[in-house]
Amino acid sequence: MPVNSGTEATAGTAAEAETDSEAPALGLLALFWVVFERDLRVGLRRWTDASNSALFFVLVVTLFPLALSPRAEVLRTIAPGVLWIAALLATLLSLHLLFRADLEDGTLEQLLTLPYPLGWMLLAKTSAHWIITGIPLVVMAPILAITYHLPANALGVLTFSLLLGTPTLSLLGSIGAALTAGLRGAGVLLAFIVAPLMLPVLILGARATDLALAGADPTGPLYLLSALLVLAVSLVPVVAAGAIRVSAD
Amino acid sequence: MLAGAGLTLWRGTTRLFEALSFVLPSGAALLIEGPNGAGKTTLLRVIAGLTMPESGSITWRGSALTKQLQAGRLRLVFSGHALGLKSELSTRENLRFFARLAGLPARVSEILEAAGLSGCADLDVRLLSAGQKRRAALARVLLSDADLWLLDEPQTHLDTAGRQYLEEAIQGHLGRGGTVVVAAHQPLNFGSAAVTRLMLGDA
Repeated sequence: MPVNSGTEATAGTAAEAETDSEAPALGLLALFWVVFERDLRVGLRRWTDASNSALFFVLVVTLFPLALSPRAEVLRTIAPGVLWIAALLATLLSLHLLFRADLEDGTLEQLLTLPYPLGWMLLAKTSAHWIITGIPLVVMAPILAITYHLPANALGVLTFSLLLGTPTLSLLGSIGAALTAGLRGAGVLLAFIVAPLMLPVLILGARATDLALAGADPTGPLYLLSALLVLAVSLVPVVAAGAIRVSAD
Repeated sequence: MLAGAGLTLWRGTTRLFEALSFVLPSGAALLIEGPNGAGKTTLLRVIAGLTMPESGSITWRGSALTKQLQAGRLRLVFSGHALGLKSELSTRENLRFFARLAGLPARVSEILEAAGLSGCADLDVRLLSAGQKRRAALARVLLSDADLWLLDEPQTHLDTAGRQYLEEAIQGHLGRGGTVVVAAHQPLNFGSAAVTRLMLGDA
């Protein structure tokens, strides 16, 4: 794939001595795809690991009606909170999978010695991780929410808020996963590092669904969730790359 | 040309090396020797830019190696104790990943053949023997099309034929003007190439 041949040409005309500067073999999009595809493949072959967080999500959501009350009006009120908390906990539970194996089998060393931007490769890895662990939550949420007697419009908003919010959760989690990749038994520590960062997403996601449930307009929190996602996509890879360099040392 | 100047690194209270310097022209090999725990792996990681030395610098053709690496003016390949292979993927899938990153996806089959892995190319890496995994890691080194090879005890687990393949690969790379840094315990035949020896741990 040709990479920004325009800048290459202007660099060539500049009177710099460094003419041996090679264009990297892959463009950014191709690089993203190569890393993403491999992680997806590995993740799907280790589907038992990935399915743990989905099962945990189902378990938590199923327990609340048993302990609180099976009455429709109670369930309807707690549904947004319960589903969002369960999604956050399930995401936390899956984070240790993100970089631990890569650190142990030497994959991170390989990525670190490549002439490609590390943050971009980590973004590809986190995206694959979200596809494997986040998408199942988004798909299962409306089905579980039906058992909470959630009306159709609130179901839609809940699903959409999870679709916007869970990638942000995975991205924020990747910072903690990168920081603790080299630590033994870092599970709870990891949760303590990233849970505070995730609170805005939790609040906005549950709030949007609440508003829809009350018949109000949920677009405000949804816009904010989108803004957080954009912010996370653009900033988190830089931070995670720095953390990975420290962990791999 | 690879050069290290005034490298110093402590691990805890142990001094691994201090004011260590070397210069390595193209087509030459650096052999790092020393007892276990002398810091051979650490020195390789410092050269690869994975570990920061407390002082000193690594340069490639006159400027800092990490900068050269990010600017795409240097390709290096690091082969450490962790082989960088995913155990859930087959050897072919693993190598295809690195081949695509190097921009050479067409060479996978040829290199699998040369490494004597064509028989188990489609087996998951977790099912391979330790020696076969080593061969796969070596195949990755060959695929990388890198100028600078950093090999940490590459002979581990290899049989006689495997060692010969390794030595031929190293000699071929040096013959093409490449640079090789090897940490090794066992003797390694570099052919006619110039070899600089670096003894760690007996200062």
